[in-house]
Amino acid sequence: MSRHPRSRSMGWPRRIAHVALILLALVFLVAFLLLPLATVFVEAFRQGVAPYLQAIWQPEARSAIRLTLLVAAIAVPLNVVFGVAAAWAMTRFEFRGKTLLGAFIDLPFSVSPVISGLVYVLLFGAQGWFGPWMEGHGLKVIYAVPGLVLVTVFITLPFVARELIPLMQSQGSEEEEAARVLGASGWQLFFRVTMPNIRWALLYGVLLCNARAMGEFGAVSVVSGHIRGLTTTMPLEVEMRYNEYDYVGAFAVASLLALLALLTLAVKTLLEWRYGDEIAAHAPGGH
Amino acid sequence: MTLELSHLNRRFAEYQALDDVSLEIAPGEFLALLGPSGSGKTTLLRILAGLDYPDTGSVLKDGKDFLATTARERNIGMVFQHYALFRHLTVLENIAFGLRVRPWRKRPSRAVIRERVERLLKRVQLDGLGRRYPSQLSGGQRQRVALARALAVEPDILLLDEPFGALDAQVRVALRRWLRELHEELQLTTVFVTHDQEEALELADRVAVMNNGRVEQVGSPEMIYQQPATPFVCEFIGKVNRFTVRRNGAGLAAGGWKPEDDPWQGRHTEAVAYVRPEQLRLAVPASQPAWEARLRHIYLAGSVAHLELQVESLEQPLEADIASEDLSRLGLQAGMELRVAPRGAVLFPRDGQGATINHERWIWHARSPVPA
Repeated sequence: MSRHPRSRSMGWPRRIAHVALILLALVFLVAFLLLPLATVFVEAFRQGVAPYLQAIWQPEARSAIRLTLLVAAIAVPLNVVFGVAAAWAMTRFEFRGKTLLGAFIDLPFSVSPVISGLVYVLLFGAQGWFGPWMEGHGLKVIYAVPGLVLVTVFITLPFVARELIPLMQSQGSEEEEAARVLGASGWQLFFRVTMPNIRWALLYGVLLCNARAMGEFGAVSVVSGHIRGLTTTMPLEVEMRYNEYDYVGAFAVASLLALLALLTLAVKTLLEWRYGDEIAAHAPGGH
Repeated sequence: MTLELSHLNRRFAEYQALDDVSLEIAPGEFLALLGPSGSGKTTLLRILAGLDYPDTGSVLKDGKDFLATTARERNIGMVFQHYALFRHLTVLENIAFGLRVRPWRKRPSRAVIRERVERLLKRVQLDGLGRRYPSQLSGGQRQRVALARALAVEPDILLLDEPFGALDAQVRVALRRWLRELHEELQLTTVFVTHDQEEALELADRVAVMNNGRVEQVGSPEMIYQQPATPFVCEFIGKVNRFTVRRNGAGLAAGGWKPEDDPWQGRHTEAVAYVRPEQLRLAVPASQPAWEARLRHIYLAGSVAHLELQVESLEQPLEADIASEDLSRLGLQAGMELRVAPRGAVLFPRDGQGATINHERWIWHARSPVPA
């Protein structure tokens, strides 16, 4: 690959446009992204380190963290399985209703999270379709952990599949066919050929899916019931503390979520830096 | 190991990819499936590989149902059009793949695998490049890795899908010769798909010409070239001049030339005739029937010269090829008047609707061939 030739002589009107555009992007970034992010940390540490640590060490905070991790730990693996299966089906087979499946995968993106939550209340709530039957069998979904997991799975459904589908489409199935003719079984084909080819896209998908699973507010808020210490995830805990005028507490928990976002970004950047060549080799067209 | 394909049909949503295809592949033979894109040749190859299945018809291998076995069990080596090398594996790992995925009872030991891979690497002239990744190789090198990978499983049949399609002209010719030598050495039954007639004629023992899902003709390259069975084969293989021969009072004729014979004994009033550019004589004596032609252009292409001739009585141009050194021997110059006649031709009579009647083909030869 050749480097883009540098325009050595640039007229000053173009140079001004150049600088203005960069400045504009920078101002936007600072005003809408960095400033709020900084505010989170500033507010969290407003009264010093000790109150901050105290705020995140309270039992409610600890249980919120535990619950958030638990929900993500269930929802993300489920979506990895679903995402890989859906992407495989979409890119390797021809079948009726393929476009419809594609639209369904995107549905959680286009529906407001609050609506998604309400749908689950309608289905599994005390007055819902399956609610009374499940209650009769001792299963509680709404205002309990299963409900949180269900809506989180729903909300994060598209992340893995959407990351994989374009890649698998562009890579085609020739390598898999070659493996089949060479005598590979279905599992060998998947783990030795498909997986290595999609691993980076899959990892991106998992990172994004995880960030959303931990950060989701709307849908979770509807099905949670806000029982402190039992069904409040971190975003809900932030809201509750904020409403109770416990600003340091609210921003302290919020800072943990912000840290998660930064960590995700850092991992992604690190991977890109460390394995840049390999990622490029797996990108569409990069042979 | 004989493969017997009979009455294969394969329909995709919009078109008939295979239309009643029957073909026999003999042990150790080098067969080319030749045809334009969409003629069904790749579909046929994929059916042999077990990557696709016909709607009806059967494939027998030594009398046993070949279609009942899966791609895994067929013991086939296949080279894909774009090679389909595993991009995350090195050259060595690519070649070893087919051996490593075997169930452990049939899997050779590590040492045997390494030894076999090294030997293959040498055979495809890539020793020393084993640790590279496919992205670090040239097109011709990738192609040879793909071939080594296919040969590593010691297949019964080797399938090649447009093996030289993505290579530039020089590499293509070199690899072609090399592949032919390899085949002579291994005597492995090989089927390859190509749209390049030169490639097919040069490499194969037998050529199957395909068009619209049907096999138009199967035969040796000489037979395909000299005795084409259908108008499609005439036009697809090599360059050819086409003109119409009509019956007038005295017999069949086209402009000033007539074949002076009629195997159809007056049954057909019209026929389409094909004459290859190298079958045209340029200085026919006045005693024999010929066309009055004007030499419009001479295109000198190295060893061969292409001549563009305008024939008024045919109302169309003809193309003639002669050896370059004959240009000056015959004193040819643009603008000259020549008397031109074919040495040989292939004629297909037309029925009332204008369709050709292929089974009444007539291969015509001049009675007293005079060197010109």
